[in-house]
Amino acid sequence: MTEFLQHLLNTLILGGTYALLGIGLTLIFGIMNVVNFTHGALYTVGAYVMYLAVTALGLGFFAALPTAILGGFLLGAVLDLVLLRPLRGADMDTTMLVMIGAGIVLQSGTLWLFGGVAKSIPTPFPDAPLQLGPVSVSWLRLFVLGAAVSLIVLTYGLINRTRLGLAMRATFQDHDTAALMGVNVRLVYTATFAIGSSLAAAAGALLGPVYVVFPQMGGMAELKAFAIVILGGLGSITGAAIGGFILALAEELGAGYISSGYRDAMGFLIIIAVLVFKPTGLFAKAERIG
Amino acid sequence: MTRHLPALALLAALVALPLALGNEPYLLNALITTGIVTIAAMSLNLLLGFTGQLSLGHIAFFGIGAYVSALTSLGFDIEIVGGLRVVHAPWPAAVGFLLAVLVTAACGYLVGRLSFRVRGAYFVIVTISFAEVVRLVALNWVELTQGPLALTGIPPFTLGLPGLGTTVLRTKLQNYYLVLVVGTLCYALIARLVGSRFGRAMRGLKENESLALSVGIDATRTLTLAAVISAAMAGAAGSLYAHYLRIIDPDVFLFSTTVTMVIMVVGGGKGTLLGPIVGGLIFGLLPVALRPVMVPEAQWMVFGLVLIVIQFVMPRGIVPGLARLFAWRRAPAPVPLPVEVRS
Repeated sequence: MTEFLQHLLNTLILGGTYALLGIGLTLIFGIMNVVNFTHGALYTVGAYVMYLAVTALGLGFFAALPTAILGGFLLGAVLDLVLLRPLRGADMDTTMLVMIGAGIVLQSGTLWLFGGVAKSIPTPFPDAPLQLGPVSVSWLRLFVLGAAVSLIVLTYGLINRTRLGLAMRATFQDHDTAALMGVNVRLVYTATFAIGSSLAAAAGALLGPVYVVFPQMGGMAELKAFAIVILGGLGSITGAAIGGFILALAEELGAGYISSGYRDAMGFLIIIAVLVFKPTGLFAKAERIG
Repeated sequence: MTRHLPALALLAALVALPLALGNEPYLLNALITTGIVTIAAMSLNLLLGFTGQLSLGHIAFFGIGAYVSALTSLGFDIEIVGGLRVVHAPWPAAVGFLLAVLVTAACGYLVGRLSFRVRGAYFVIVTISFAEVVRLVALNWVELTQGPLALTGIPPFTLGLPGLGTTVLRTKLQNYYLVLVVGTLCYALIARLVGSRFGRAMRGLKENESLALSVGIDATRTLTLAAVISAAMAGAAGSLYAHYLRIIDPDVFLFSTTVTMVIMVVGGGKGTLLGPIVGGLIFGLLPVALRPVMVPEAQWMVFGLVLIVIQFVMPRGIVPGLARLFAWRRAPAPVPLPVEVRS
C-alpha cells in the first residue's frame, strides 16, 4: 500500500511537467495545424538555458527559471518568423519535414556546443526529503509540481480570460472568419508558437534539475508529448493536462509493477491503443479549445 | 527502353565504380552502407512517394529484418513465460534473409491494418511509436537480443552456385556486388509495381482519396499491400546490414536513420523511381565528403539545414528538377503540370 501511495505521489509530480509539455504541443497543433517536431529540442534548450543561467551567469535558481521560459519564448518566435510564416498554407508534410530539420539543427547544435556529457543543475533545496507519513518526497520535486501547476493555470487564464486568448480561440475555430473580424492572425500564430515553445522550455527547465541535462533528452520528451496530445485529443488543453497525468500514472505503475525497462514504452502503447479504440482521443472537442 | 536508359546508365556506372576506386576499403565500406540504406529509402519511397503516407517508423522494419536474420543464423535459447523453452539451432544466413523478408512483411501487414485507420499527423505519430516500442523491446529483451551488449559474430552470407562450390562473402567487394544485386531487384520490382494497376491505385489515393474511393479503389487494401511490400524490402536491407557488419545493437532502430532515409527520398525526389537512389548516393556519401572538414555534430546540423532548404528551394526534389530542366531544353513549350484537385 505504501508503495502504491509513493507511486501516486510520483505520478502527481511527473504528471505536472508532462501536462506542460502536452499543452504546449496541443496549442500549436490545434491553432496552427503544425506538428511541432522542435518541441523536444525546445525542451532541451530550456534545460540548458536553466543550466547556463544557474552556473555560468550565477542568476540563482528562482531567477533562472523565468530566464529559461523567456529563452524558449524567443526561440519559438524566431522559429515561427523564419520557418513557419513563409510556409503558411503549405501542406502538412512540408511543415513537418521542415520542423524535423529544425529539430535536428537545434539538437546537434546543443551537442556541438555543450558536448555529450550529462550536466546536473545545482538547486537550493535541502537534500533530506519531506516525510509525509509513510511516503517521502524531495523539496525540489514539490517545487517542480507547484511551478508546473502554476504555469498550467496561467496558460488556462491566458486563453480563457485575455484578449489574446480570445483571438487564439477565434483563430482555432475559423481563421478566415477571425481574420475578417480584424484578428491579426499572423500575430496570433507567432504568439501561439512562442507560448507553446516557452511551455516546452519550462518543462525542460523544471525536469532538468530533477534528472540530468544532456543533448538527447528532448527526443523521448517529444515522443511523450505526442502520446499525451493524442491521448487528450489534438487541440484540447484540458485533454492534454489530464493526458499528462494519465501518462505519468501509466509509466509509474508500469515501471513499478512490470519492468523499469519498459517505462518509456507506456506512452507508445497508449498511443497505439487510443488510435485503435478511440482515434479522436479521450477528450477531443472538435470545435473549440480551452 | 529509352525510359529506363538513365537507370541502366546508373547501374553500369555502379557496376564499374569499384574498378575505378581500386578497392579502397574506406570508400567501399561507405558505398556498401550507403547502398543498404538506399534500399531502405527505396522501400520508404513506395509509401511516402507513391501513396503519400509519411511513415516515420520505417527503421522498425529495417531493424526487425536485421534482428530476425541475425538470430536465425546465430540461434538462440530462451525461456518464454510459463517455463516454455524455445531453442533454435543456427541456420544458414540465406535462410535468415528469407525469414527477415517474411517476418517484416507480416509486420508490415499488422502495422498497416492498424495505422491506416488514421491519416496525416496521427499516422506519422503511430509509425514513430511503433518503431520506439520495437527499439525498447530490442533493448530490454536481453535474453534474446543481448540488449545493449549487441549480437556479435553474425555469420556472413554464403553463395552456393551449382558446379562452382560455395563462396563465403567476406570481402567488401563481394558485399558491394551483393548489395547492388539486391538493390537492382528491388528497383525492378518497384518499377514493375508502379506501372501496374496497383501503382495507379496508389497514385490515385495520393492525389485524391475521395475520388479514388468513388471509382472503387479499396484504400485500406491498396495501402496495406504497399506497406507489406515496403516493409519486406526494408527487412531485406536490414538483413544485408546485419550480415555485412556482423554486429547489431538496438541503435539500428535510431530515429536519425529514418530521418536520413526521409532526406534521401525527399531530396532525391519522392514519387520517382530514381529519386531515392540519387538522393541515397548524395546524402549517403555526403558524410564522407564532410568528414575531413567537420565533426559529426556539425554534419548533422548540415543534414538538418539541407532538409529545411530542400522544402523551400526544391520541394519536388533533385530528379524531377533535372527532368524538367532537360524536358525544357528539348521542347521549348513546358509541359503544363497536372491540376491537383484537393478535397
